[in-house]
Amino acid sequence: MYRENIIPIPGQVQAETTPDQMLSNIIKIENLNVYAGHQHILKNINLEIPRNKVTVLLGPSGCGKTTLLKCMNRLTELYKELKVSGHIYIEDDDILNSNRNIASLRQKMGLLSQRPFPLPVSIYKNVAYGIKLKGIRDRKLIDYSVERNLREVGLWNEVKDRLNSPASGLSIGQQQRLCLARGLAVKPRIILADEPTSALDPISSKIIENLFKEMKKHYTIILVTHIMRQAVRLADHVVFMYYGEIIEQGNPKKLFKNPQTEKLRKYITEGN
Amino acid sequence: MNRLKRIEEAIFRIFTGLAAYSVIAILAFIICIIFMKGFNALSFEMIIHVPKGGYYYGGEGGVLNAIVGSLYIAFGATIMAVIIGVPAALYINVHLIRRKKTQNTIRYFLDALWGIPSIVYGAFGFTLMLYLGMHASLLAGIITVALLITPIMVRTFDEVLSTIPKGLHEASLALGSTKTEMAFKILFKQGFSGFITAVLLSFGRGIGDAASVLFTAGYTDLIPVNLDEPAATLPLAIFFQLSSPIPEVRDRAFAAAALLTIIILIISIGARYLSKKFSVTTIK
Repeated sequence: MYRENIIPIPGQVQAETTPDQMLSNIIKIENLNVYAGHQHILKNINLEIPRNKVTVLLGPSGCGKTTLLKCMNRLTELYKELKVSGHIYIEDDDILNSNRNIASLRQKMGLLSQRPFPLPVSIYKNVAYGIKLKGIRDRKLIDYSVERNLREVGLWNEVKDRLNSPASGLSIGQQQRLCLARGLAVKPRIILADEPTSALDPISSKIIENLFKEMKKHYTIILVTHIMRQAVRLADHVVFMYYGEIIEQGNPKKLFKNPQTEKLRKYITEGN
Repeated sequence: MNRLKRIEEAIFRIFTGLAAYSVIAILAFIICIIFMKGFNALSFEMIIHVPKGGYYYGGEGGVLNAIVGSLYIAFGATIMAVIIGVPAALYINVHLIRRKKTQNTIRYFLDALWGIPSIVYGAFGFTLMLYLGMHASLLAGIITVALLITPIMVRTFDEVLSTIPKGLHEASLALGSTKTEMAFKILFKQGFSGFITAVLLSFGRGIGDAASVLFTAGYTDLIPVNLDEPAATLPLAIFFQLSSPIPEVRDRAFAAAALLTIIILIISIGARYLSKKFSVTTIK
């Protein structure tokens, strides 16, 4: 089902990963500090995120996970109160201090938010939107890409007969998968997912989780969650955060079995 | 206690219901009076003829000049207001999104402009017109009415744009839109029903306003064929005829008022239909 994803689309840049790059970390965060007014939300964050793995940012609500995620594609710019300093290297590009076109930087990352926000257009146009922004005008290519990405999230059979009807008519679980397909259509390397299942029913959540398991072959996934069990199910690497600081990180099995700090131990036993 | 609650509920229900229905009743009453008074003078003649000799003394003719003049001015001014107002509203909600103070200052000024009586706009337009060496004309009328309705356009559209959740901003930026693409392709679409409401409100205010066109558009029995010719308007046609001592002429004023009301109703229904048709994709 996912095999077709490997076939490159003519005219589109396919992520070419050399074996050397495969080993390296795709994101490197150095001395990241975020203030909201006088509040220090993220305190001197240093973090490396491995390529083609699921990295879970775990922690209680309000600990800065979402802010950290938003720093990665500079959506913090939308919020007046946030002051960001430090470095975030994405494939060696210092995105916080880069003069490069922010729109093209953001296309390296797909975003999945807590609640789906489909664009106020048809299902087809939702997926085609990002492709067209890349300057692709060839109708056949867009058609092909729309179908392929909708298939990838398992939505094609559900919507193929109503591609031109508004996206707002889909169920919330379908909308979230549509948002994923729309993000994948711009060929990102990284998926930023901010508690993507928190608004969904258990069945839709399961579908999203299973998609993530498949997708990590081709994408680096950074998942924000406060649900321990979700972290256990999905994570290759867990980063436990608490009040703006990274407390512990590492392999989930080791980390959860043998927490080094009192905070994580407490979160594991009481948190869920 | 329970009994008291029930009585309270009943009284409040009656009171709120009365208030709500009285609004409708007042509107119905106004329309009734206008149509009853104007019924005798309402004829097909009046919408296909311009005034003929002695029209204002009860002679033959119609108010086609005022209908056409009013439509010209209202459409012209609305188009100008859209050209200025839509980018302004989008700017406030896209580029100023981090600057709440600036946003609020601009909104405060726009609200103040909205509240200025239209005769002040008329006086301002008149001064501007003389300064530019123009005379009372269609163009001067359009500019003055555009000044009057632009704040309405901006604030009404802005009010809807400001309720769009940040998540939609984030979604479109994350897909790689520039702020301009986000504004025109996503936010405009999402706020389209607000845009239609803004156009409707502006147009209604523009076509119905007498004071702003009194000095600027002038009045003529002819249909203007050029922007620098004076133009008659329906509100002024009503005003002039209503001040006549002749009863038939006063009836004609009510007929013209009925006509103005009909035009506004048609525009309003049309706009609502369009707004419904184009907002099916709006995300709730």
